[in-house]
Amino acid sequence: MSGAPLLEVRDLSVSFRTQDGTVHAVDGVSFTVNRGEVLGIVGESGSGKSVTAMTLMRLVLDQNAVFSGEVLFKGRDLMQLSQGDMLQVRGKQISMIFQDPMTSLNPVYRVGWQIDEQLRAHEGLSAKQARRRTLELLGAVGIPNPEARIDDYPHQFSGGMRQRVMIAMGLSCNPDVLIADEPTTALDVTIQAQILELIGNLQREFDSAVVLITHDLGVVAEVADRVAVMYAGRIVEYGEVGELFRGPQHPYTWGLLGSISRLDRPRQRRLAAISGQPPSLISLPAGCSFRPRCPFAFDRCRAERPALEARSRSGHLDACLLSPDQKQARRAATPEAS
Amino acid sequence: MSDTAAPLLRARGVRKYFPIKRGVVFQREVARVHAVDDVDLDLMPGETVGLVGESGCGKSTFGRCLIRLHDLTEGMIEFDGQDISTLDRKQMRPLRREIQMVFQDPYASLNPRKRVGTIIGDPLRIHGVGARGDVNKRVQELLELVGLSPEHYNRYPHEFSGGQRQRIGVARALALSPRLIIADEPVSALDVSIQAQVVNLLSDLQDDLGLTYLFIAHDLSVVRHVSDRIAVMYLGKIVELAPAEELYDRPIHPYSEALLSAVPVPDPDVERERIVLQGDVPSPITPPGGCRFHPRCRYATDICTTTEPPLVKHAEQHLAACHHPLNLHS
Repeated sequence: MSGAPLLEVRDLSVSFRTQDGTVHAVDGVSFTVNRGEVLGIVGESGSGKSVTAMTLMRLVLDQNAVFSGEVLFKGRDLMQLSQGDMLQVRGKQISMIFQDPMTSLNPVYRVGWQIDEQLRAHEGLSAKQARRRTLELLGAVGIPNPEARIDDYPHQFSGGMRQRVMIAMGLSCNPDVLIADEPTTALDVTIQAQILELIGNLQREFDSAVVLITHDLGVVAEVADRVAVMYAGRIVEYGEVGELFRGPQHPYTWGLLGSISRLDRPRQRRLAAISGQPPSLISLPAGCSFRPRCPFAFDRCRAERPALEARSRSGHLDACLLSPDQKQARRAATPEAS
Repeated sequence: MSDTAAPLLRARGVRKYFPIKRGVVFQREVARVHAVDDVDLDLMPGETVGLVGESGCGKSTFGRCLIRLHDLTEGMIEFDGQDISTLDRKQMRPLRREIQMVFQDPYASLNPRKRVGTIIGDPLRIHGVGARGDVNKRVQELLELVGLSPEHYNRYPHEFSGGQRQRIGVARALALSPRLIIADEPVSALDVSIQAQVVNLLSDLQDDLGLTYLFIAHDLSVVRHVSDRIAVMYLGKIVELAPAEELYDRPIHPYSEALLSAVPVPDPDVERERIVLQGDVPSPITPPGGCRFHPRCRYATDICTTTEPPLVKHAEQHLAACHHPLNLHS
């Protein structure tokens, strides 16, 4: 790993002007991704994780979207590139796997054609070469008998196989960064296990960096090296995966961890649900956005918006105004803490 | 659950095949989807039985068969001692008060053009329970019971978030004070923090109202949390049935073992052996002969390809259908 990160996002904000007011979908998000690393972005629906991913790819084309901040990739700010220049980056250097393999493939084109389209566009391969490379890719992602399946249509594939096709497309040009937006959410657990293993293997093989977006902390714990927890458009906790899971600092992260029933632990009577609902992104509460749902909120939380900084001994970043000792005491006092 | 109590619901040899037809005028049946194939299950009063399996294993179809949303191809369903498998619509009516359903998708299962008060009150009106004033009062009670406010009475479903909508669905199911609730993936469409709220609500309601649940889901952690017993389904058959803790501690069927090992654990320090099943679930139109799981099973031998294993008792309350049972005798 050389000094500079492969991808660096600095203070990225995305908002949408709507009739009801401005929706602050992403609000001052910063993170870095290094080569050969998996960054997990966790959050619930509406936390801004998908908008972040789409913005990195410059795929947010809404007329009413307002952007600020920088996305530095190999020394260039992607936010400043024209859509024409972006075509050279998208798919070739940064590529994306979408959530829903049922709807993100084109139903009227053959699977093979959809994969070799970008090989012809980006790598300038002939039709014949592209087809050979596509066959290799289909084999690499574990499609049995690629010669027979390459000319099938997406509806002839199962959900897991379609997601494999998406991954083959994502990897076709050996991208430096692969963004996977909820790649396994639509799949059954046994198929999810196959796909996660596949992404892990391919990432090691191609030495790509992966940004994995998910709502499932279990998935993050298994595959990510570093984790960013998002809430209401902001990162509330950010750090190395082991540190974050061993000593989570933000009450929202505790809530998320408490909300899952864990198979490796004895059964609890009740789940520690987070009360209430996520705030409206049009009128965020002043101060800490999590304050209305936080059982430990105090006066400062109302007045002051906590910055994401190193507050704990473990050195990972969090955005909660409680002191580390208070956090430890509060967390130990909650029933699901461990 | 003592063995002496009579089950609230008894299903015996339930089969549901969907015909696949070809032809325009003279439709002939060319094949059948074996969605549910010979399933037996008892639900004891006051217990929660979890039904798990991958998509397409027939768990939802089975749930729908139990309340006769599908007609059975074969088999028998008994509710509180009465055979309900051959009743017609009209005869089923009074039973609808006893058995209710909570659906998966809180966005699709509420009529967007009706107000919440109407949605929850409709079962009461249809069944002629109470006078008009009583209905309004009952609806407001129900709203409070599921953690919503009585002021929500006049709102429309789109004004609510997913978790709140699911609460409305639960209130509607509770309106007629049923004894059995079939919950088909009631939390899968919700965010984790909201899932926990709804799961807690369902278990509080069970404690207060003495409900019996059939909880259908694909998420094994949630199912373990809510269930007393768990049935694992694969390609239309129950392959294992066990008390919840026992299934997780010592699964007997290799499919249960693989399914459990595939669930990610939110702790990077936990090292577990993950059994990655190869391939996809085979088509239920032509299920494999012998044991239906054999093409994906790592323990399969010759007998598995030829002889279908029966669901037999391996321990107290623990049944499994496998020629090579795991974790027997500790």
